[in-house]
Amino acid sequence: MADHVGDASKIVYMPGDFVENVKVSEKTSKAILGPGLKQDGDTVMVTKPGLLRHKEPNIYWIDCHSRRYVPVRGESVIGIVCAKAGDVFRVDIGGSEQASLSYLSFESATKRNRPDVKVGDIVYAKLLVANKDMEPELVCIDSTGRSSGMGVIGRNGGFLYKCSLNLIRKILSTNCPLLSRLGKQIPFETTVGMNGLIYVRARTTVQTITIINAIAASEYMDNDQIISMCKKLADTFTMVQ
Amino acid sequence: MRETPLSNCERDFIKTAIAEKKRIDGRQAYDYRHVRVSFGVERGCCMVNIGDTRVMAQVSCQVVEPKQARPADGTLYINVELSPMACPSFEPGRLSDFGVEINRLLERCLKESRCIDTESLCIVAGEKVWEIRVDVHVINHDGNLVDGCSIAAIAAIAHFRRPDITVSGDEITIHPASERDPVPLSVHHMPICVSFAFFEQGKYLLVDPTDKEEKVMDGRMIIGMNKHREICTLQITGQMLLLKDQVLRCSNIAVVKVTEITELIHKALENDREERAKGGKYGFAESVPKNKVTSNHKVSAPVDMETVEDHVTSTFSQNDDVIEIDSDAASTSESDDSVVIMDKGSGAIGLGGPSTWNVDDEMSELKEENKSNTTKTKQQKSDTNIVVSIDDSSEEETTEILVEPSIQKQKKKKGKV
Repeated sequence: MADHVGDASKIVYMPGDFVENVKVSEKTSKAILGPGLKQDGDTVMVTKPGLLRHKEPNIYWIDCHSRRYVPVRGESVIGIVCAKAGDVFRVDIGGSEQASLSYLSFESATKRNRPDVKVGDIVYAKLLVANKDMEPELVCIDSTGRSSGMGVIGRNGGFLYKCSLNLIRKILSTNCPLLSRLGKQIPFETTVGMNGLIYVRARTTVQTITIINAIAASEYMDNDQIISMCKKLADTFTMVQ
Repeated sequence: MRETPLSNCERDFIKTAIAEKKRIDGRQAYDYRHVRVSFGVERGCCMVNIGDTRVMAQVSCQVVEPKQARPADGTLYINVELSPMACPSFEPGRLSDFGVEINRLLERCLKESRCIDTESLCIVAGEKVWEIRVDVHVINHDGNLVDGCSIAAIAAIAHFRRPDITVSGDEITIHPASERDPVPLSVHHMPICVSFAFFEQGKYLLVDPTDKEEKVMDGRMIIGMNKHREICTLQITGQMLLLKDQVLRCSNIAVVKVTEITELIHKALENDREERAKGGKYGFAESVPKNKVTSNHKVSAPVDMETVEDHVTSTFSQNDDVIEIDSDAASTSESDDSVVIMDKGSGAIGLGGPSTWNVDDEMSELKEENKSNTTKTKQQKSDTNIVVSIDDSSEEETTEILVEPSIQKQKKKKGKV
């Protein structure tokens, strides 16, 4: 889990538990409650089973193993285009509901110039609207109208791997050596969506499978184990050469 | 709820991988995933894991009136449940077409092959017979449900004990377990289904397809067979043309697989019997390791890098014998390309190179490591696993783990290229 965060008090909280001694910021006297915590009157109640995480000064959340994605505004996700419905695409991002992606929210797309998106394509996009009462909405451009890496991906090979949300957060955390170490052994390109999907493309099928397996295997490894795994991988690949 | 669709890129990748004789989880074409059979505390309760696929079966019995046509025969009733817990696309309540298919297949496999002696289930001819009911629940769906269901059903039947009865005149006494030991059903043979997935019009075949492979496949063949090599059922579905050689090859593979699985079931039954006789611990709860976080546990299929890279078994090609596999015959083509060594430990062909992100003091450190590694590699054994095996010490009595099928266990060391 998110080992990178300080204060790893190893108490498992269950739904219905109360969190005591929540620190608040001195200026605003407010605390920020993340996923798994809910304000209940004067107390803070836990709604998910997991470990309580705290980031100074006043951010709290519950860290639990999950595979089901709950859309969050501003997060970058990978989705699979399921259908074209008029001027929007229906995109599956692994949430409870399919997200919509307008054909105008691609770089240099106009009413005349429609983007080339087919059903079954995968898109890397950002969540513009993520609200529990509304359909999530995706965009493939930033506020300046540039694509900035987003759009249709995976047209020329590669594989999409589904993993837990914890693993995604782990490999995206700044002190996780996995992707950089792997990249030194085997050149590959990857896209990581916060919804638990990883797209990987290396030169050969074998290399892609290797990387996917390495990523999958790293879920419950600490950094030392990851480094030693990458070393082993390097050994076998030098030997093959 | 609708199922997550398969993207084009996954579909293409799986197809090209299969054409290159590779599978996503690192298995060979004819390999099963880890098969695990465990029994519950209750008699006739069996859980089967095939990789992530998990099926549970429970056998129960009751006294019913026999059918008119067969007054002296007991009945076997099979019921398959696909709950939304197994896969969100399964709907609760009504059985889907897929569910009906599995149900019928199991009925054909178990009932019509007469694997249990129904005559011995007769109490009073024409009036009272035992009805044996097998409830098969799919707990998790990751492909190859049919095999899982059939293993679970037959293992549960073999594990089940029905209450003993005595008939004296008109009086029938059903003895509770405290009075008399329950009696096992007489199982004549154990039919087990083995599924084969076909790709590219039957050109390539895979044993034990995963969920994703099932979504890509052209068609499937299921062979129900017992260890005496008797085929109990055979079903081909999908839109494809199949060569008759392939059918023969599949049945040869099925012989091997069925023998292994039957052995596994017998071993698991034997372990369970011993533990019960000793009064030791048995049941599902005992198979869960204590003082361990089980949810964060990854059972990893060790991916043998060396075999993946070098030993492409020619098992896919049409004219090979099933049992004898020549692992040197084919070699991968990518090693023939001109490889530019960008850095120690990685090669590059054409564009690109190793990642230049995070190039810092780590890099120099890594280079040193690599130097020492290259010298080391000469002595090192070539079969290195990339997966550091996570301690899987669930030492438990009622559990058997079938690690690898043995047909293509030719491991050859290959030196440096």
